[in-house]
Amino acid sequence: MTDATTGPDHVTGPTPDNAMRDADRAQAQASGPVLAADGKPLKRSLNRALRAQKLRALALIAPLLIFILVTFIAPIADMLFRSVENEIVAETLPRTVIALEDYTGGVPDEPVYEALGKDLTIAAELKEHTRLGSRLNYETTGISSLFRRTGRDVDDLGETYTDQFEDLNEAWEEPSTFVALFADPTWIEEQQEWAAQAEADRDFNEPEPRFYLADGVEEVFPETAPMYERFAQVIQTEDEDSPTEEEPWNIVYLTLYQDLMANPDIADAYDGEVATLLSNAADAVQGFETMNVKEFFLESDEDWADPEVWGTIKAFSPEYTSGYFLASADLQLTPNGIERQDEDQRIYGLLFQRTLFMSMVIMFSCILLGYPIAYLLSNLPLRTSNILLILVLLPFWTSLLVRTSSWKVLLQQQGVINDILVWIGLVSDGNRLVMINNQFGTIVAMTHILLPFMILPLYSVMKTIPPSYVRAAKSLGASNWTAFWRVYFPQSVPGIGAGCILVFILAIGYYITPELVGGTTGTFISNRIAYHISTSLNWGLAAALGSILLAVVLVLYWLYDKIVGIDNVSLG
Amino acid sequence: MVAATDTATAFVEFDRVQKSYDGETLVVKDLNLSMPKGEFLTMLGPSGSGKTTCLMMLAGFETATHGEIRLDGKEINNIPPHKRGIGMVFQNYALFPHMSVAENLAFPLEVRKIGKSDREAKIKRALDMVQMGDFAGRRPAQLSGGQQQRIALARALVFEPELVLMDEPLGALDKQLRETLQFEITKLAHDLGITVVYVTHDQTEALTMSDRVAVFDDGRIQQLAKPDTLYEAPENSFVAQFIGENNTLEGTVQNIQGDRCEVRLDDGEVIDAKPVNVSSVGERTKVSIRPERVETNRDRLQEGAHTLKAEVLEFIYMGDIFRTRLRVAGKDDFIVKTRNAPDQARLQPGQQVEIGWLPEDCRALDA
Amino acid sequence: MKITKTLMATTALTLAAGLAGAEEHVEMADDMTIVSWGGAYQDSQRKAYAEPYMEQNPEVSVTWDESSNEAVAKLRAMNEAGNITWDLVDVVASDAIRLCDEGLAMEYDPDELLAPAPDGTEAEDDFGDLIVSDCFIPQIVYSTTFGYRTDVEEWEGREPDDICDVFDLENFPGQRSLEKRPINNMEWALLCDGVPKEEVYDVLETEEGQDRAFAKLDTIKDQTVWWSAGADTPQLLADGEVVLGSTYNGRLFSLIVEQDQPVEMLWDAQVFDLDGWIIPEGLSDERLARVKDFIYFATDTQRLADQAKYISYGPARQSSAPLVGMHEELGIEMAPHMPTDPGNATNTFLYNYEWWADYRDDLDAQFQAWLAQ
Repeated sequence: MTDATTGPDHVTGPTPDNAMRDADRAQAQASGPVLAADGKPLKRSLNRALRAQKLRALALIAPLLIFILVTFIAPIADMLFRSVENEIVAETLPRTVIALEDYTGGVPDEPVYEALGKDLTIAAELKEHTRLGSRLNYETTGISSLFRRTGRDVDDLGETYTDQFEDLNEAWEEPSTFVALFADPTWIEEQQEWAAQAEADRDFNEPEPRFYLADGVEEVFPETAPMYERFAQVIQTEDEDSPTEEEPWNIVYLTLYQDLMANPDIADAYDGEVATLLSNAADAVQGFETMNVKEFFLESDEDWADPEVWGTIKAFSPEYTSGYFLASADLQLTPNGIERQDEDQRIYGLLFQRTLFMSMVIMFSCILLGYPIAYLLSNLPLRTSNILLILVLLPFWTSLLVRTSSWKVLLQQQGVINDILVWIGLVSDGNRLVMINNQFGTIVAMTHILLPFMILPLYSVMKTIPPSYVRAAKSLGASNWTAFWRVYFPQSVPGIGAGCILVFILAIGYYITPELVGGTTGTFISNRIAYHISTSLNWGLAAALGSILLAVVLVLYWLYDKIVGIDNVSLG
Repeated sequence: MVAATDTATAFVEFDRVQKSYDGETLVVKDLNLSMPKGEFLTMLGPSGSGKTTCLMMLAGFETATHGEIRLDGKEINNIPPHKRGIGMVFQNYALFPHMSVAENLAFPLEVRKIGKSDREAKIKRALDMVQMGDFAGRRPAQLSGGQQQRIALARALVFEPELVLMDEPLGALDKQLRETLQFEITKLAHDLGITVVYVTHDQTEALTMSDRVAVFDDGRIQQLAKPDTLYEAPENSFVAQFIGENNTLEGTVQNIQGDRCEVRLDDGEVIDAKPVNVSSVGERTKVSIRPERVETNRDRLQEGAHTLKAEVLEFIYMGDIFRTRLRVAGKDDFIVKTRNAPDQARLQPGQQVEIGWLPEDCRALDA
Repeated sequence: MKITKTLMATTALTLAAGLAGAEEHVEMADDMTIVSWGGAYQDSQRKAYAEPYMEQNPEVSVTWDESSNEAVAKLRAMNEAGNITWDLVDVVASDAIRLCDEGLAMEYDPDELLAPAPDGTEAEDDFGDLIVSDCFIPQIVYSTTFGYRTDVEEWEGREPDDICDVFDLENFPGQRSLEKRPINNMEWALLCDGVPKEEVYDVLETEEGQDRAFAKLDTIKDQTVWWSAGADTPQLLADGEVVLGSTYNGRLFSLIVEQDQPVEMLWDAQVFDLDGWIIPEGLSDERLARVKDFIYFATDTQRLADQAKYISYGPARQSSAPLVGMHEELGIEMAPHMPTDPGNATNTFLYNYEWWADYRDDLDAQFQAWLAQ
């Protein structure tokens, strides 16, 4: 009595097939690898044959693979990266970051302010300080305006020294003096050649040769040389001007003063006129009126004495930060470690909860409304069910905005539904129901929009459930309800699963509809993400929120797999 | 087994049952059928003949448009299927894919609120009955078609119904397996003494398994009889044609005398036949002769046998038998089956032979 | 190490460089992408500027984009991607300041880029202090103010005439609509909390002041619908969904005058604001040349006055004001509907662009958090 189709060996007993296999195995053990007809090992021949197939398969999927990589994987990777990326602080304020290395709190000392002065001058010239201000403002409110204000003042930093140098000798006003001091002789020659050519030929359109420092000048002027080099670069690239024409920034004079004070014998490195100029200056600086950079900053804005500002700069100086993720969890990174956000700023926990909760409600509403429809559709003759299916799909063919707006018209207080309720007398004119600009509105509109995503997988699964199962159940003695609940329903679960996954994942990321009908209580986390992408421009936080949302979805997917089993999902 | 048709002892009864789906045409025209307890009855017929509809009406999944269906004397027209207590085996097995074998079997017991220990005993017994005792924990998808059908059978029997309906249960299985299961089902049915209504379109299945066979065509029972009667004494040309292989010669009745009649075939030849379905001279008739009742060897022809000239068109060697196609009375599809005996001649195509048969094997039926 | 150089050599070289930045003629691009706010406003720009310009320059084709709302974000994204696809962007003054600060908008010289007034006044003087940023090319003066329905039964005939009526739920019950951003709302809240007009921004700078503003807004928070598109309030007013709402005066003008709805304007503490063009940084020479040519045309005295035929916003040039005439279709005098009209401007509020440019990020974050709670 054998059913020799799929039963395991011990039931079916030996079959010719099994016997052959056993024989092959025995032979393989006895005489080494099996050889193909041409004497090569069979495995290798097989692999070669398969390789061609694999390559062909790869070639077939390559366009899609590349498309997915470019349009899907790469943006997600970029998003994940943005959520931790934080190079802007170290890039914009390199000296300050180094000066703050040992900062532990309180108001920092003069060197930190000096470093900041230098960094901020360059940043302001490059117009990068506002971006940094905005970036740090995400962490501590007020820094944006602080950077903007001081950014406007900072070009005066060092003016005291500029004036004194210029009073000392008019040569210090001349850009050429600085070129002579710092530029490499070769560059000066190149520049002269370039200038001559530009004069001769009006159509000559090449940019000025890029400025570079003379060899060794950085050892002589450890502060001034790098600052002047930066100045020259900025002048050339940003202003498309020449260092030979522009008087250096005030901060260059400040560094010059510092270098001369540190090394009065600087002039020894030069000869000729500049040497004299330098040695005179070196003598004079001893008597210069000094300025305090810290005071300069405090005068510009007293917030520079606020340890919170410095703590924020310090906390966000590394190139990678957990700050965005912490912010997403209503936490903040402070120099003293991780702290909870102020009570009135804690919104993300609330929004995540609300998003998950409302998506669940929407999902269940879709099941409740969609299941009977799908059941009906799958049990009707094909012609009728096709017509009804078109009705189900009809909303897909209308623009999302139109549909959402029509919900507005229906649900608002002076809207159709309220009008009807008042007309029937169920609701008095003064107590019209508030059905929009709250959670109710969002749930209604989104259930409507997402319903087809529930019905379609349900329908496609239900269509494949043969009516004989329910008949069998009934013939076995099950009542209509038992037959449905114990036999039909479990088999429609894959459809519910697929519908739920679709609806839930779509719902969790929706933002247009909640924005339009959700008011302030019916908005989702995705509305915040959209806000940070397009309005506040806090892309890092948007990326972190997006990553968390992605993680939540993956976790739910994993849970679903654990509980229901992902094989039990049928997308039709 | 008994083939009583007496209404008093009938267990299942169809009384002038009609069924229409669209209100225009009748799928079941006028069904009258009664079967005693313990009978194995097969409904046989081509697709669309109404046999499955009858079964579904009996099971309760379709309602009769007219007439009464009675089970054990009680009218069941308005009893919902789950209260009829009829076991059913489906063509595609209809095992619940999300339940294990044991759960499938437990299902009818659970809905009948049978206690756990009782349940387990019954399940074990039912599984042993179909020799599937080791498979209780498997899912249907892990079983072969034959195994699934055994489980389906066990499930239909586990709650001990007195009537079991089977809707082409072996249709999807290969030949060998089908034969094994045919034997098993028959044996089980007889051992348990249950009444079975079995639907199939496979005549061999019908003949080998049943106590009685109801041949369906065009919404009516064409003949209801034991298998041997059905084969040997078909009452009309549909049954003759449908059951087994059959040669048909058309002609006109010339003369009827008792259990003999003369039929003039369309090519002018006159043959003797047994009048079954003809009543008057001049009537058109189809004469039916089974291929194995035709003799090609003159020497073996029995006394009184009628002979005809024939030309061999094709000779097929089939091992145990030879199958020869001949041209007889102007028809090209006359088949003769002869046993592969040492003295049996192997005919050559083109050969002229004389064939013959006994008049009582030659039945004159309706045209 | 010795570095030897004479001062003479470098001085000579300085002179040479001065002659280098010579002017050169550049071909103009034929395509232009102009970004604006959509709706009636964009239509007025198309009719008053673009169509006459294209009549003179038939080879030019203009693509309109309605992204001004998120211009800052998009320009930043384009800048990061290194591909600027916009040629001219219409933004409000505070956005222009932000864009300028971030180096995303091009600085320009008014007297070089813009046409002088017909009487020869230089552009810089004609626009006056409306040029609030080095990148901002002023176009119109508009105001954000309130419109209210005139048929609210619960008001028993009272009509709001004071900005603080917005916060008065007792005398003026019903839903209000306010813009979903801190700008203007914070100022009105403080004004109605008793802060003198001239101290509003000083108070708002402090944390206590911000708390005060939020506390005041809290009193009407659950009676407020928050809008983000300029068309929202007119629609809500027309539907009767709100009884009182803030929006741009031009939108109210079309609601009241063109659509004849039972709505009136509340001309109190209306906030003047400016709207104008910026040219994105980083355009190619050809495209820049075209944009400059267009801007010279589109901001001249007549063109700015023409725009007022289609929408009730005041032209930014002093010299355009006397040229403002009739509404193109309705044939009514436009001057009395301008926010700048003396009858409407009895109690205006001076909006501080600089302040908002500095504090916008701070307050936006707080405001959004406040909204979400």
